Amino acid sequence: MKLNCKHVWEHISEYIDDTVDAKLREDIERHLEHCEICSAILDSTRNILVLTADDRTFELPVGYSERLHERLAKEMENSEKDSTKE
Amino acid sequence: MRTTETHEAGLIARVLAGEKELFHELIRPYERMVYLTLFSIVKNEAEAGDGAQQTVISAYRHLASFRGDAKFSTWLATIAINEGRKRLRKAKGAAEESLKEQAASHEGDFTPAPLTDWREIPLEALERKELREALRVAVAELPGIYRQVFALRDLEELSVEETAQALGINPGAVKVRLHRARIMLQKRLVPFLKTTAPARRGFFRRAP
Repeated sequence: MKLNCKHVWEHISEYIDDTVDAKLREDIERHLEHCEICSAILDSTRNILVLTADDRTFELPVGYSERLHERLAKEMENSEKDSTKE
Repeated sequence: MRTTETHEAGLIARVLAGEKELFHELIRPYERMVYLTLFSIVKNEAEAGDGAQQTVISAYRHLASFRGDAKFSTWLATIAINEGRKRLRKAKGAAEESLKEQAASHEGDFTPAPLTDWREIPLEALERKELREALRVAVAELPGIYRQVFALRDLEELSVEETAQALGINPGAVKVRLHRARIMLQKRLVPFLKTTAPARRGFFRRAP
């Protein structure tokens, strides 16, 4: 089947995740070969995902991990006291 | 994959048998995931930090109820989501938020922005700070139902199945929301991506 751009856009997310079936994948790839618009959309969307997965984009606050484990240690201590009281 | 789960199952059993300290080790790989999940819901650093602490404590207290029918990471994400939603309700009044989100789910034009003079983006362009900042802002501005799916899938890299379980929605809805989120972000970020490419106006033009 010959796909138009709109069809390709509808499946772009699944195409990136590699969850389209083999036939559709082939049709999309054939379309991408000659359509620079869709290739650019695919490229730019992929770039956004690469950037999203990069740890430097969404950073944890300074000291987050330390505070988390301190708080957890305190909780463990308290639960110990509770259990020895019983 | 399998070995992570086996390792975790071993840790969980030992924590429950009294080696409590090992719980620190158990959650360490998921600290980032817990924080980002909270942040994707409450959108506030301090609230997300407090919520993450509460999530971990809650997981510790209820560890015995973890059955292993879901992955530990999914179970933890579910607790984080509930904690985030609780905080959001407290902060805003739930009615307003859920109305807004329902409206958002039926509206909108989910077609990507066509790029007419796109050149393959050089990797170093992705290193630019403004681009990261623009992405953070764009993600924060996504409607909540899309932001949460996007955070779990593309930021924390949970599978479709795990994301569906954690959010209590079906896998089909995960896929639709993820698709829309990605397209909305693409649309928002195109101006930033484009300026990184040399202007080649008129080089290529085709109506979609």
